[in-house]
Amino acid sequence: MIKAILIFNNHGKPRLIRFYQYFAEDMQQQIIRETFHLVSKRDDNVCNFLEGGSLIGGSDYKLIYRHYATLYFVFCVDSSESELGILDLIQVNLLQFVFVETLDKCFENVCELDLIFHMDKVHYILQEVVMGGMVLETNMNEIVAQVELQNRMEKSEGGLSAAPARAVSAVKNMNLPEIPRNINIGDINIKVPSLSPF
Amino acid sequence: MALKIVKGSIDRMFDKNLQDLVRGIRNHKEDEAKYISTCIDEIKQELKQDNIAVKANAVCKLTYLQMLGYDVSWAAFNIVEVMSSSKFTYKRIGYLAASQCFHEGTDVIMLTTNQIRKDLSSPNQYDTGVALTGLSCFVTPDLARDLANDIMTLMSHTKPYIRKKAVLIMYKVFLKYPESLRPAFPRLKEKLEDPDPGVQSAAVNVICELARRNPKNYLSLAPLFFKLMTSSTNNWVLIKIIKLFGALTPLEPRLGKKLIEPLTNLIHSTSAMSLLYECVNTVIAVLISLSSGMPNHSASIQLCVQKLRILIEDSDQNLKYLGLLAMSKILKTHPKSVQSHKDLILQCLDDKDESIRLRALDLLYGMVSKKNLMEIVKKLMLHVDKAEGTTYRDELLTKIIDICSQSNFQYITNFEWYISILVELTRLEGTRHGHLIASQMLDVAIRVKAIRGFAVAQMATLLDNAHLLTGNTQRNGICEVLYAAAWICGEFSEHLEDPMQTLEAMLRPKVATLPGHIQAVYVQNAAKLFATVLRKHDGETESQAAQETSQLLIDRLPLFVQSANLEVQERASCILQLVKYIQKLQQKNVEVAEEVTALFAGELNPVAPKAQKKVPIPEGLDLDAWINEPPSGSESEDEKPKAVFAKEEPKHSRSRHTEVDEKELARRREVRKQEQASNPFYIKASPSSQKVYDAPGVEHIPVVQIDLSVPLKVPGMPMSDQYLKLEEERRQKEKAERKKKEKKKKREKRGKERKADSGPESEEDITPAHQVDIVTEEMPENALPSDDDDKDPNDPHKALDIDLDKPLADSDKLPVRTHRPEVLKSPAEDRDGESVPQETKKKSGKEKKKDKEKDRKVRCRRIQKKMLCSIETRLNQLSWFPVQKSSKHKKKKQKKEKEEKEKKKKKRHHHHHQHHGDAGGEDSVQNGTVEEEEPLPPMSNYSLLAENSYIKMVYDIQGNHQDESKVVVSVIFENKSDSFLKAMEFNVLDSLNSKLQRPEGAGAHDSLTVPFQLPPGVSNEARFVFSVQSIVMPQKLKGTLTFIVKSDESSTHEKLDFKLHFTCTSYLITTPCYSDAYAKLLESGDLKGSSLRLEGINMPFHHLLARICFHHHFSVVERIDSCASMYSRSIQGHHVCLLVKTTVSIDAKCDEPSLLGNVLDEIKQTFSKC
Repeated sequence: MIKAILIFNNHGKPRLIRFYQYFAEDMQQQIIRETFHLVSKRDDNVCNFLEGGSLIGGSDYKLIYRHYATLYFVFCVDSSESELGILDLIQVNLLQFVFVETLDKCFENVCELDLIFHMDKVHYILQEVVMGGMVLETNMNEIVAQVELQNRMEKSEGGLSAAPARAVSAVKNMNLPEIPRNINIGDINIKVPSLSPF
Repeated sequence: MALKIVKGSIDRMFDKNLQDLVRGIRNHKEDEAKYISTCIDEIKQELKQDNIAVKANAVCKLTYLQMLGYDVSWAAFNIVEVMSSSKFTYKRIGYLAASQCFHEGTDVIMLTTNQIRKDLSSPNQYDTGVALTGLSCFVTPDLARDLANDIMTLMSHTKPYIRKKAVLIMYKVFLKYPESLRPAFPRLKEKLEDPDPGVQSAAVNVICELARRNPKNYLSLAPLFFKLMTSSTNNWVLIKIIKLFGALTPLEPRLGKKLIEPLTNLIHSTSAMSLLYECVNTVIAVLISLSSGMPNHSASIQLCVQKLRILIEDSDQNLKYLGLLAMSKILKTHPKSVQSHKDLILQCLDDKDESIRLRALDLLYGMVSKKNLMEIVKKLMLHVDKAEGTTYRDELLTKIIDICSQSNFQYITNFEWYISILVELTRLEGTRHGHLIASQMLDVAIRVKAIRGFAVAQMATLLDNAHLLTGNTQRNGICEVLYAAAWICGEFSEHLEDPMQTLEAMLRPKVATLPGHIQAVYVQNAAKLFATVLRKHDGETESQAAQETSQLLIDRLPLFVQSANLEVQERASCILQLVKYIQKLQQKNVEVAEEVTALFAGELNPVAPKAQKKVPIPEGLDLDAWINEPPSGSESEDEKPKAVFAKEEPKHSRSRHTEVDEKELARRREVRKQEQASNPFYIKASPSSQKVYDAPGVEHIPVVQIDLSVPLKVPGMPMSDQYLKLEEERRQKEKAERKKKEKKKKREKRGKERKADSGPESEEDITPAHQVDIVTEEMPENALPSDDDDKDPNDPHKALDIDLDKPLADSDKLPVRTHRPEVLKSPAEDRDGESVPQETKKKSGKEKKKDKEKDRKVRCRRIQKKMLCSIETRLNQLSWFPVQKSSKHKKKKQKKEKEEKEKKKKKRHHHHHQHHGDAGGEDSVQNGTVEEEEPLPPMSNYSLLAENSYIKMVYDIQGNHQDESKVVVSVIFENKSDSFLKAMEFNVLDSLNSKLQRPEGAGAHDSLTVPFQLPPGVSNEARFVFSVQSIVMPQKLKGTLTFIVKSDESSTHEKLDFKLHFTCTSYLITTPCYSDAYAKLLESGDLKGSSLRLEGINMPFHHLLARICFHHHFSVVERIDSCASMYSRSIQGHHVCLLVKTTVSIDAKCDEPSLLGNVLDEIKQTFSKC
């Protein structure tokens, strides 16, 4: 079983967290901090396993991680998972997939920002790979196909029809004094292009 | 106004989405918290809108904030709203948020059941998929129960995408709702052979997870998995299956044998390292489980080790790490194969990666031998010097000590070297393990006599240079070694070259900065040194030196008298007074040396760690008895004595370390010595009783003198290296000598055989540098030969360690019947019979007495065991038809049983003498229940069945919970004649209600063969199972025993009729009951009452209760002053409750009035007998 998947950057800022066992928010943050502390002090040329740690679970659990560019990908797994298998999973399925396939970027230009702004999308990809703490699919083509089908579906639902609907409902629900607006004109410039993925 | 409207709609268009939020947070690095709180306000506003798109957007942002650690549970309801959107886009956002922040405590989850069900059956596979994914994260027991069926259906969905998700989520459902496992399992098993590899993989995944927890339930799937393993090409699936096999093989060795070949093939063929590694791992597991059953498994081991070597040699640190990890598994069972890769592992110690170094250290532990110990430790010492960071260094230190001290210093050939290593280790700065080094020093100095001289010299140097160690006493624990050093110098002061100098070193003012317990040892041992100095100068009249020493002590000790530490103070002032007195005597020219030395005479032997536990309780000492009058007693005060004990404990433990009163101790020593001398059971420290770890024939090897030119005493210079060199030289020399000899031998034997071991010298060839005897640890006199040494203190069985002989005390609320250890027997008990020294019939009276004593000791243990066994037996009882099967095993057991019976019979006779008068009709066959000093007369439930001049039968009937229609009748047959009784056949005339269980195929009137024969004077027990239908009435069954009496000259057929009386009591089973459950039962009103008065009873109340408990299988629920409530249950589940009052009246309630009436009658009868 995989108990948790954490992605954070070189400074310990979480970029994606996925716990398969419930922890309260403050505990989650503590786990992230501790994991970061453990992982970050290791050289890049040492092994990718960290044993024990009272972090999640105890002696049966291992932290398996990969450091890629500015990001750490950490899996907390128990002894039923194959260490090398999980490493492959991170390497082949997550990294390549997250960066290359979905975000339509070149592997070379990969950057943390892609993750930051599309956390939800990364989650959707992850859901096709790991479900409820168990590995669901390891076949790359299959994962790609499913994720793309879902994205296409989303596009067909949104598209042109969404915008007027939104505008109309906005007019209907307009209640100016109650809605605090903080329009930052400078922001608008950035907003407009950022809408394009949807 | 119009402008406002336009502006508002633009607002909507430009609502912050997730990207804006992220960007905003990045732009507000200084006041992030403030920015987020305004964002949350915005989100709250957005959630109030009716527009689902707005809500979804808000929820999406919340998901992000949740990741940053913000609690978003307040929006749970909104999340549910978004989940129920009909649009996939929003639904997906909702489910994602839910999976991130919902948990079992989220109350809105129960609102989602129908929504999820709708989504599961949605025609859109992605709606279903998203719902399944979400559910996998927040499934609760309720959801699992309600949706299990829907998910089951999805397992056969047409789309593999749904099938695999449904299969996978079943594991979560099983966890939350275990009842679903059975109905769902067949379908799950089907999915193992699903055409879609994804579904197959999911099914394998789920079953592997299940099997990991309870492997034995899944053994039956092994063939299926085996097929999968040989056919599948998906590495992920293969890994899972192979891992599963690793868990299954320990349970089924045959599986392991089958696995070896395909696994070996995989190892050879696969290119995937992950798969290779798992294969190797499982092969190791297989080999461990087979351990020695396989003739050619050395090839497999070789293959594994070889592959692992490749992994370890790989430049990839991960492979290296895993290789070492797997190696350590092999090491446990096949140390030899790993040892050959010592070079590689030592190399790993130099690795830059700490995880790898630690793994390699673990391996080292199992790889040392006499030959390479010094070399390995030298290497480790180098690492200690180089190591950065105290944790790793401490780890190294403990490992060094572990490696050297393992299995009783087995691998140490030169203890001088070891002491030097320890001394070198003391130079470590900032280590936490000072006490560890200290205890090693003590251990070696005490147990290796030959080394004491050397050790003392070293310790004296340490003491002299104490300032090096005590740099900052507060922070580091290394000053603990001074504790050991001072003690060793004091205790073995006769080896000191210059005791005066050491004494001076121990009394330096700086010592007062040491921790209190060390100072105390210093002071005490200064006194010992003082004694040594006096003795040295004994005989010299007006010895200046002796008087100077006294003066030194008198000058320095006052410093310690002022110590804040109470122990130091007390010791110092005692010794100060002593020295002052001695000084006076010296001035009068009185010879004191001898007397002072006598204070510390005698040798302190090492005591085994378990010794304290094994001290037998002297006869007549009742540890539970009150020394004083018990304080006026409510139960709450029971805690008090405990607390007192706990407070006192630290004192005890301290006084163990140090001698409180030397005179007393000396006296005790004397007494003990005398006792030991006269005690034939005391194992004296003769060479034969000591473990000597020498190679055979040590005597023939010349003991090499250590060249003392080695500068032993120079502080600060590592000298263990010298030993290494020395050792090598010595070995070279020996080798050369041996070779010479061998050559001679070879010449003689040439052609006949070739030396098998052509490699370097084998283990046995290495001889210790000096003859070392390791003193075995001392055990108390008469230590109980107990076998519970290795038991885990947390073992639940430990709780059953109760003295069952004792009658119920007033305060006892015994929930379980304890008085019938004899009644139920199990093979385990019979086994125990072996360990009991067997009594032979011809024994002089004296011997008997001794045996009796021995017996008593054994008895306690046996009763514990019986208690355990009786539980076991209850579980197994149905398979207990000793009458019907006669396998080899059975025969063996009968034999043992017989032996035991013989013994028992002897006992019984013994009791007959003592108690038969008052036991009346009862025959006290109970072994071990009777003690002379017990106030309660012996009790037995065995009653006479029938008797004639040849044979006597007593019987007892018990029911068991497992089967409500069966009772077991145990009959003890005793041969009273001088002839041999054989071919005994037991038959009973069945009634409609009760029937004797006969083996299948036997007729209703066939008799059962008693599975043993009886030699003269022997008794044995057989059990017969009866089935009963109604248990409310007592019943009598007529029966006959036929047997052949065989004497020397003739053999005759005899028969004996009997009547088996099935009382209602025999259908009751002692069942514990808690008082609250009891109260509920009484309140329920289902029970009908009845009462009984017993006349003419004049026995203590607790005896009365004990009798009811014992004879009628009740347990006391609660006892309040003058009355007690009792409970029992029939095999068919009737509750019987009694309220017994001291006025000897019994109020009873039961759900079956006629049963109750009969039980009460029987109780009355029991008491009318006494």
